[in-house]
Amino acid sequence: MLPKLPRETLLDLCRRMFVIRHFEESLVPLHDKGVFGGHYHLYIGQEATGVPALSCLGGDDYLFTTHRNHGHLLARGADPKKLCAEILGRVDGYNKGKGGSFHTVVPSLGFLHTSAVVAGIIPLATGTAYAAKALKNGRITVCLFGDGALEEGAAPEALNLASLWKLPVLFLCENNGKYGAGRATSAAQSSTMAAFPLTDLPKAYKVPAQQIDGLDSGTVHATISQAVEKIRRGEGPQFVEAQTVRWPGSETNWPSVAQRTDSSLAWDVSGVPEKVREWYRSCDPLLIFIRELVDAKQATKEEIADIERKVKAEIADAVEFAVASPYPKPEEAAKEYFA
Amino acid sequence: MPEQTYLEAIRGGLHEEMSHDPSVYLFGEDVALGGPFGVTAGLAEAFGKNRVVNTPISEGTVMGLAIGAATAGLRPVVEIMFIDFITLAMDQLVNHAAKLHYMSGGQLKIPLTVRVQCGISGTMGAHHSQSLESWLAHVPGLKVVMASNPADAKGLLKAAIRDDNPVVFIEHRGLYWTRGQVPEGEYLVPIGKAVVAREGEDLTIVATAKMLAATLEAAEELSSNGISVEVIDPRTLSPLDVETIVSSVKKTSRLIIVHEAVEKDGIGAEIATQVQQEAFYYLDSPIARVAAPFAPVPASPALEKCFVPGKTEIIRAVRRALNR
Repeated sequence: MLPKLPRETLLDLCRRMFVIRHFEESLVPLHDKGVFGGHYHLYIGQEATGVPALSCLGGDDYLFTTHRNHGHLLARGADPKKLCAEILGRVDGYNKGKGGSFHTVVPSLGFLHTSAVVAGIIPLATGTAYAAKALKNGRITVCLFGDGALEEGAAPEALNLASLWKLPVLFLCENNGKYGAGRATSAAQSSTMAAFPLTDLPKAYKVPAQQIDGLDSGTVHATISQAVEKIRRGEGPQFVEAQTVRWPGSETNWPSVAQRTDSSLAWDVSGVPEKVREWYRSCDPLLIFIRELVDAKQATKEEIADIERKVKAEIADAVEFAVASPYPKPEEAAKEYFA
Repeated sequence: MPEQTYLEAIRGGLHEEMSHDPSVYLFGEDVALGGPFGVTAGLAEAFGKNRVVNTPISEGTVMGLAIGAATAGLRPVVEIMFIDFITLAMDQLVNHAAKLHYMSGGQLKIPLTVRVQCGISGTMGAHHSQSLESWLAHVPGLKVVMASNPADAKGLLKAAIRDDNPVVFIEHRGLYWTRGQVPEGEYLVPIGKAVVAREGEDLTIVATAKMLAATLEAAEELSSNGISVEVIDPRTLSPLDVETIVSSVKKTSRLIIVHEAVEKDGIGAEIATQVQQEAFYYLDSPIARVAAPFAPVPASPALEKCFVPGKTEIIRAVRRALNR
């Protein structure tokens, strides 16, 4: 179901989902060719969670994210050029190449940290929420993390603090574990977490918690906008678990793209390799979203193809910009460890 | 100058900074009740429980909360009850507080002070007596200070709170009830600046926290035997004021480092290396360390007494270095 939003807004959400998808797909060949190294994590398959969820926030709100951060940053309007340059360790990156994929920080968009310690940001998010409450500036904090983060002790400790002090923070747990590696069943149950459903954990600390379908942009938008409203009214923290189906390209140690996305796949997956076809047919949130746009007569197939064409050109420019950007000078390595 | 205890001087520093800057907040277990030793007594009454905040026993998360708050307009002071418990907060301190400024390409500042007390005092055993300053000084992005007397405690704490970096302010529990003169009115002790606590000619001793008093006693006793010892209190361990130490060693040609932490991999090893790099040809004897043995702190009073280095061990090391 589509979010109940004006057509222009829906088309903007569509554009942002395309930006994420094509940005992420462009990184894979760059990594395969050795243009950048290290581990990296893609947001493919979760676009219908992040894009509508972050559209519910105000410009001054704070955000924290984890290693699967590119999609969150782009959903919030990060410049693909500066993000790509950061991932490639270049001087024109958001953090002059010192953060990289794992640690991109964009304070101007409210992103104060990306932590690679999966639950590390959850306490930090309670801290900005505490400050906002103390300073009465009306800002809320959104903390984005995966289901695995709940396995670290920081998560329940922070849920306790947030609930105890009624802090203005939204915990958005993106459980991309349906059919994922290490899962006991197809019901997104982790083989390494005794709590099931995951919402039992926040509920133990009296944090209102809901489990939703993260592939359904309308449900995500309605749930998050209501949660944000409650937080702004002073009701304290909220917890949402959004479930998505893991993109088959992340099944291996390194992401691999068996199928480059094209909006035409929304209506015809016959050319998609059989091994990944089912995901593109029924679990790809971007393709679901554009089918819904067309079915609801909010956009024509041609309009969508046009949006996609422009996004692809924008991402190609971003990659070109990042690859051309120089590396930082060696003497930068031991600078700026103190303010 | 009025006399105060080390504990009162710290409390006075907190009081002044909370009055001076409404963004200074205290977080910690029982801080609104004064904490286990009364350091924060009266502050909740003066500034309210919104600014002097009792927290759950969740050291790591409270540290993270303070770091987050520091990125969003507050200037938090976190009390970790015993330095032994800072182990629970090391992820937040090392991975976030210390690195956020650097990893953001200089965009974020973390004006955070961590107050923590350390050391051997009162047979409290291996979970309430450690000295872990060298762990912290090893981390780029953290400043680490240790005060040996009330005046420095107050001035360093005020400087730490005003610093835009995370500063770990390490108090020594065994000094809480010791007295000293504390200047009246506003003053700060600069972070990164050592002080010559006693001038001398024959040998330099660098001593931290509670070891300073033992070292000064040893120096006094040695002076009556014609041995002149210069004593330096580094006050800040990171960034270390190596210049003050090196210029002293260039004068005396001998160096001993005294600390209560275990000797192996302690701050003494770092000081020794830096000094020999800068002043190798001035040295007339090997640089020596006087420190705790490589073992957990024992609980028994009989064992604890011989575990802590004191005047006797310092004098022995000085005589060995001078061959006198």
